[in-house]
Amino acid sequence: MTTFLQNCFAGLSLGSTYALVALGFVVIYKSTGVINFAQGGLLALGAYLGYTFSNNLAVAFAVAVLLCCVSAALVGATFERIVLRRMVGQPPFAVIMITIGLLFVLEPLITAIWGFEHKQVNNPWNIRTVEAFGLVFGVRDLWTIGLTAAVVLAFFLFFRFSSLGLAMRVTAFDPEAALAQGISARRVYAVSWAIAAALAALAGILMAAGPGGLTPSIGFIALAAFPAMILGGMDSPAGAVLGGLIIGLAEALTRGYQDRLFSWAGDNVSVIVPYLLMIVILLIRPYGLLGTREVRRI
Amino acid sequence: MAGAHRNMTRGYADELRLFGTPLARFGLVAMIAVFLLLPTILQDDFWLSVLIYVGITAIGALGLNLLTGYCGQISLGHAFFIGAGAYVTARIGGDLGLPLPVWLLAAGVVGAVLGGLIGPFALRLRGHYLAIVTLGLIFIGEHLWRNLTPITGGNSGTSVNAQPAIGPIDFGGLTLLGESYSRNQGWFWLVWALVALVALLAKNLVRTRPGRALQAVRDRDQAAEVIGVRAGRYKIGAFMLSSAIASVAGALFGSYQQFVSPDEWNLLLSIQYIAIVIVGGLGTIFGSVLGAIFVGALPALIDRYSDAIPGVRTSVGGEGFVSVFALNQALFGLLIVLFLVLEPRGLAGIWLRIKAYFKAWPFSY
Repeated sequence: MTTFLQNCFAGLSLGSTYALVALGFVVIYKSTGVINFAQGGLLALGAYLGYTFSNNLAVAFAVAVLLCCVSAALVGATFERIVLRRMVGQPPFAVIMITIGLLFVLEPLITAIWGFEHKQVNNPWNIRTVEAFGLVFGVRDLWTIGLTAAVVLAFFLFFRFSSLGLAMRVTAFDPEAALAQGISARRVYAVSWAIAAALAALAGILMAAGPGGLTPSIGFIALAAFPAMILGGMDSPAGAVLGGLIIGLAEALTRGYQDRLFSWAGDNVSVIVPYLLMIVILLIRPYGLLGTREVRRI
Repeated sequence: MAGAHRNMTRGYADELRLFGTPLARFGLVAMIAVFLLLPTILQDDFWLSVLIYVGITAIGALGLNLLTGYCGQISLGHAFFIGAGAYVTARIGGDLGLPLPVWLLAAGVVGAVLGGLIGPFALRLRGHYLAIVTLGLIFIGEHLWRNLTPITGGNSGTSVNAQPAIGPIDFGGLTLLGESYSRNQGWFWLVWALVALVALLAKNLVRTRPGRALQAVRDRDQAAEVIGVRAGRYKIGAFMLSSAIASVAGALFGSYQQFVSPDEWNLLLSIQYIAIVIVGGLGTIFGSVLGAIFVGALPALIDRYSDAIPGVRTSVGGEGFVSVFALNQALFGLLIVLFLVLEPRGLAGIWLRIKAYFKAWPFSY
């Protein structure tokens, strides 16, 4: 039982990271109809910027987190302004490929600036743990879960009650009607990219503060967050959070019971569990758990 | 009255000819001449091997273009099928020692079956969802390649001993009229003959009923169904055909390289193929080949001339800030972005524009 709960806790922490990234996907998808493959690149960029702020410029960790989110948001908004705005109205294939292109430019750029070496971000958590109810909780994991919960709450409040949040919902629902009401679609697009990039950067710096440290392959976590988004339904923020937690739990539990239950499936089978789970769910519900059915007209 | 203009067509038969105009016929003769003579003139092993890899890539790109360019289905899983083809070849061509046509066909059949398994997803999912499911295919595939040790050799990879031989004709060491040719020369002829064959098959497919059906499905699948195209059947068919061709390319790749490991069938390989069809031109047959020449040769050239490019690190821990691998990756990314933003029709579009300009010359506008 203790093992099970311990694995569940690891799953929640991992799932929170997935949820943050998947939420970023959903924000962009809902308002602009684009799937952002570059989220992993933005995540890695955010994590490395956080490293620079925290280690090289020696600012407090909390400030470094804030700064890296802000600078990643600027990068995201700039990219939207320079490249993606030209692609409005193009088929989804072209736009997806543009973001993949950005991902493949960002990755080498990051290694060119920061190198391949394994880095450790200065942070107040390190590998400290708290014991309670016979379980061991990593301080960083607790912070990850707490921060994610806070961000998700703020996110929903923002969308529900702020005028910009309302504008974003309207634009996602019907861009032309939104324009007719005097809502600036450009501003909405730029803001959604900024929010998504900031969420990615937050996920990145939280990951980098963990035991894995900071390596150029940190962006791969975003590829595993795709199943989270798809699982929950591409246009549902609540679905993204739910999907992230499910995927995180499934992955952590598979890893925890690898030796006992899954040795037949080969080493590291937990890595592909998100994709397998996504495929099964998609066969049953092609639009995800909470996604809206697409209406198709001839 | 002067004779008919060289570009004039007088009926459907004329329209349908692949090489209808004198210029096109001249082009065909020139291509055949280059095909036959190039390996005898250019005997350098490096350049021949680059051209062989380009040819193999062109075959794979033709497959992807049928699926993505003509049928409009996004697939990030092309590398999976290429890998499958290579492993089938290692076992059927290498271990069982069967001849070239058998292992090529076997790879194609296995590829088609695997593609057919993806079919149900292609029917239920569109656009974004399909892209991400096929992305999952890469990772699931990588896990399989690493763990199905009897077939794939696991992490350490497997050697591929498939001989490129049909009966007495061995492309690995051709002897013709008392003249013997090197392995690379033989492979050049084999691979580029297959490129021509696959291109011809693809061209004939897309200009007949199935091809028009595929394009109708691409443009609007519901409308296609209304006019009597079975969209589901054609989507699965496109997946099967595309992955069969990819597996054939993988078979050639494995047999030429003689060794394959699971690290090769990664996302970057899929992206490379996507870059090729975008740079070459979506929905064009000769664009796939053009794109393969342009993009497929890049990694080899960068590898060869990395000493001369400033800032590129040639060895681990050497001078320079960007590795050869990273430079390749960034270039693919840049090419995709630049072509999609500036020239969505690709190299084929540029070529058609030049051709249209001179066709009506001097009255072009």
